[in-house]
Parts: sequence; structure tokens; C-alpha cells
Amino acid sequence: MESRQRIYGVVGEFETPRKLIEAADKARAAGYKNMDAYTPFPIEGLSEALGFKRTLVPLVTLIGGLVGGLSAFGFQYWVSVISYPENIGGRSLNSWPAFIPVTFELTVLGASLCAVFGMLAMNKLPQPHHPLFNVDRFQKHASADRFFLCLQANDPKFSVSEASRFLKGIDAQHISEVEDD
Amino acid sequence: MSASEPPINSPELRRLTPVLGPGHTYDSITDKISSIVLTRPISLGWLVGFGICFFFIMLLNVAIVYLIGKGVGIWGINIPIGWGFAIVNFVWWIGIGHAGTLISAILFLLNQKWRTSINRFAEAMTLFAVMCAGLFPLLHAGRPWYAYWMFPYPSTMHIWPQFRSPLIWDVFAVSTYFTVSLLFWFVGLIPDLATLRDRAVSKPKAIIYGMLALGWRGSARHWQRYQSAYLLLAGLATPLVLSVHTVVSFDFAIAIVPGWHTTIFPPYFVAGAIYSGFAMVITIAIPLRAAYNLEDFITMRHLENMAKVMLATGLIVAYGYFFEFFMSIYSGNKWDVFLVEQRLHGPYAHYYYALILCNILTPQLLWFQKIRTNVIILFLMSLVINTGMWLERFVIVVISLTRDFDPSAWGRYSATFWDYAVLTGTLGLFAGLLFLFVRVLPAISIAEMRELVAHNSEEHE
Repeated sequence: MESRQRIYGVVGEFETPRKLIEAADKARAAGYKNMDAYTPFPIEGLSEALGFKRTLVPLVTLIGGLVGGLSAFGFQYWVSVISYPENIGGRSLNSWPAFIPVTFELTVLGASLCAVFGMLAMNKLPQPHHPLFNVDRFQKHASADRFFLCLQANDPKFSVSEASRFLKGIDAQHISEVEDD
Repeated sequence: MSASEPPINSPELRRLTPVLGPGHTYDSITDKISSIVLTRPISLGWLVGFGICFFFIMLLNVAIVYLIGKGVGIWGINIPIGWGFAIVNFVWWIGIGHAGTLISAILFLLNQKWRTSINRFAEAMTLFAVMCAGLFPLLHAGRPWYAYWMFPYPSTMHIWPQFRSPLIWDVFAVSTYFTVSLLFWFVGLIPDLATLRDRAVSKPKAIIYGMLALGWRGSARHWQRYQSAYLLLAGLATPLVLSVHTVVSFDFAIAIVPGWHTTIFPPYFVAGAIYSGFAMVITIAIPLRAAYNLEDFITMRHLENMAKVMLATGLIVAYGYFFEFFMSIYSGNKWDVFLVEQRLHGPYAHYYYALILCNILTPQLLWFQKIRTNVIILFLMSLVINTGMWLERFVIVVISLTRDFDPSAWGRYSATFWDYAVLTGTLGLFAGLLFLFVRVLPAISIAEMRELVAHNSEEHE
């Protein structure tokens, strides 16, 4: 790791989702921690195989929904009772059932905005360039028909020769080093 | 290689047509769908179709400019019929949008595999339909440049919108609906935009798709959050879509006008919305699969399932009509009884009978599998149902308003050329946007189709 500063990791290619999951299992068993897989569609069981923790997206979404809903109701209350009280057909100023539709809509809006932008932010997107895009076959196949496993250089166990040998041992194809830039 | 083997369609497994034609691999799907956008030349059919749409978009422009110059008096609306075509069209367009969200969100939550190849363009249809819908209240307001008054902002007039009014609920419901539909659509598009970026044949295309793809690289970490967000969005969009047409129906149900003031409106509006929306998805799907040879992806199974949903929601709508009718008579309220008489024998009775014919009688043909699998009849029927749903809104708006409580305040309504110009103009805008959409974005979700391939090949193993 110290000797090759400009290496992001070593990447290998698999033909089917199942082979990728098996490879991820083996890599984890061999003690690799910092790795990631790249696939053209989401694969069930892959994040477990790679040992990822649960995502925070649901929590962020919940917070967004709560903030949206509470602020919508609070705002309507403030407008109708405090800032601009009006007698409409003799109803009480805090005619809360009439405030529910807008409260509901803004709950959904807040939650949705947080789900999407929270997801993007946690994924650190937009990020136009990534070292893996330096790999020729990655450009062609990662978004189409191949399943990639990348052992990253920031793993304590990582060394280029070791990682390459390991990937070869688990039948990865087109193994290549990923240059960092 | 299992992925290249044909997916399950052996007779002992199921009689149904598969949701994906046999023999497809990850690569063939990626190629076929992305080539429509990236390499396929513009066909004559596309040019003619878009040309016709362009004519109507220009007509819409003229109609709007003239409207702004002269005011809403150029339409057929008057007092007592203040709503007219504008609200009829608004409700109709919003309803059409609902099927897109239903397909993308509710069928996703129910894990229906057949949604996969139709959800993308159905969502696009939602967005375009809501755009068309949004125009009407804006134009109907007479001075669209003051539309921002409907939003709560600290104004120098020191007043706020009236949050007890369904019309303000509408503003929030429709704008939230548009925003969430757009987010849902865009999130679904991100992986496919990355595919287009990687396969683009020219530099400008690679740059544009690359920027839109946000640097997506299919990382497993990203997919994990992505799937979580997508599932949550589906869960959020589901009650949202039900709430939108409910709020639209409140515009009517909260008023005291006979024929509007009824509690059956919310569920029956939602069912009607899904009904017309599925009809519109069929109207779009049938020419789309024929024009771009997508019969392997949008199979008979899809069309048949959509026909079944239409039949089911059509029956709910029929139930709504029946109970609307029954409750009016049963209530003994003289205004409600009078309204029923007006619908059956009044000056607009022919609209009511046409509505029953289009929305209740014709769809009963869908009980027969022969009809459900006949592409041409299905296409014609989808047009009939959409006409029927438009008539439904016309009946609700116009018959109730022309003859309400006081005979001295009765009136008549007939649409003018400009009413029709705006209606056909939005049809042109809607279709024109769809024409553009199929040329610049993948009309079928490539990533989800790959999942289908993986699913089929695993089942086969």
C-alpha cells in the first residue's frame, strides 16, 4: 500500500450475479474489508455478502417526513390562528381537519425529497469521475452485462500482487489494476 | 451460460405468455433498448407524428396568447357555468396521470414483475399529463401571472392563502404529486442514463448523459441505498396518488351543488382516474411496441393484465355511478332527485347516455380473453374509455352547474372554438412530449429488465 500510492485497487470480473456473490463471500472470508462490487442492476444478497451495514436512508426519510408534516401543520396553525385569523362560517380558528390535506402532502414531499437527495448525498453523487472509469472494460461492461469486484488499496490487508493472485484464485476474469488519479 | 438460455416458457410451467420474450440476455436487452435512443435514425413515421403534434402545440400557443389578450370570455364559460372545459380537462388529465404512479409504485410494492417494461413510459406519461392538467387551473384563473398568489409567501398585502379551501389543497396536492413523480422517474432513470453514457456513440451525447447520470457506477454500496430510497419512494407515492384525486374530488364534494356534494366522490374519482390512466397507457403502449418492435418486452401478458385492471376499475366506476344515482333518489332530497332527472332527460342527457355506453357497457367486452388479446380492439377500446372518462367529468361539471337550485339562475353551456383549441392543444403537447421522450430517454427501464433476465435464468437453473 505504501509503495504504490497511485493505485486505487484491483478489479476482477464475473459473468453472473451468483459467481459475484460467491466471490464476495470468499473475499470476506479471506479477510478483505474495504471492497466494493459494481453491477449493472441491484443484486439480492450482495450487500450482505460484502458485509455492508444497514443504510441510513430510511432514517433520513423519516426525519424529512416529520419535518415536512410538522412544519406544514404548524404553519397553517400560525397563519389561521395567529397571523391572519378569519371567521369562516363560524368555524373555530384552529379548524384542524381542514389542515390535514396540506399536512399530508407536505409530509410526503419532505420525505421524498429527503429520500432522494439523502440517497444521492450519502452516495457522494454527483461525482463525474471515479478511478474505476480508468479501466477500459469497466466502461463497456459495468453498466451492461458484467459483474465487477474491486479490492481497494485502502484495505489494511491489501497488496497489488496478493489481491491479483486472490482474484485469479476465485476465477475472476480480466483482472486489472485500477489507477488512482 | 445460463443467462443466454431461454427463460421459462415451457407449457407445463405456465400457460401465460411470459413477461419477457425468450432468448434475451443482459447484452441483448441493453442493446435493443439503448439503440432506440442512441443509434436508430429518425423514422418518417416519427417525423409525421411529431409534426402533427407540433401543429397542435402551436394551436395551443395561439389559444393561450389570445386568451391572455382577451380574457376567459373567449371560452364558453359564463355565470352560472364558471367551470366548463377548463376544469373538465384538468380533472381528466390529472386522472390519466394516476396510472403511471399506480404502475410504478403500487405494482412495485406488490412485486408484480409485469410492471417492469411499462413503468418507465407510464411514469413519463404521468409527468406529461400533470403538465397538461396544470395548465388549466392556471389559465382558468384568468391572470396566470398572479398564480403565485396561491402559494404562501410573506406578501406586502399581509394576507395568506385560505388553508380551509379545497382549491388551496389542490395546489399543494398537484405540485407535490408532480415533484414526487419527477423524483421517482429520475431516480429510476439514473442507472439507465449511466448505460447510455457508456454506450454513447458521440461525445456530446456521452457528456449530456454523463452529466444526467451523476457519475453513477453501479457500486453495490450505492445500489443498497438506491434500492432503499426507491422502495421508500414507492411507499410514499402510493398514498400520495390516492390523495391527489381525493383532493381533486374535494373541489366538488365540499361544495353544496347537487351532484357534487357526496361522500362517494373520493373513492370513485380515484377508481376513475386509474381507469382512464390504464386506458391511456394502453393507447400509448400499443403503437410504441409496434413502432419500435418491442413485442418481446411489452408482451400480450402486459396488455392483457392492463385490460383486466381496466375492467376491474371500470366496474368500481360503474358501482360509483349506480350509487350516486341510487342515493340521489333514496335521499328524497328534491334537488338531488331533480339532478337525476336532468341527467336522464335534461338538455345534456345525450352526454350522460354516451358516458354510460363508453364507460360501463363497452368495457364489459373485456370479460372475453379474445378481446383482451386483440391489439386493435384493445386500442380502440382504450380510446373509447378515455372519451368516456372525459364525458364523466363533463356531466359532473356542466349538468350540475347549468340547473342548480334556483330556476332564474339556470343557464346553458356550449364550448367555443377556443375551448376545443386548448383541449386539442394539450393533447398535442402530451403526445409531442412523448414523441420526444422515446427519442432521448430509454422508454423501458434497462436495469430492471436485466433483473428480469437474471430472475428468469435463475428460475431456469
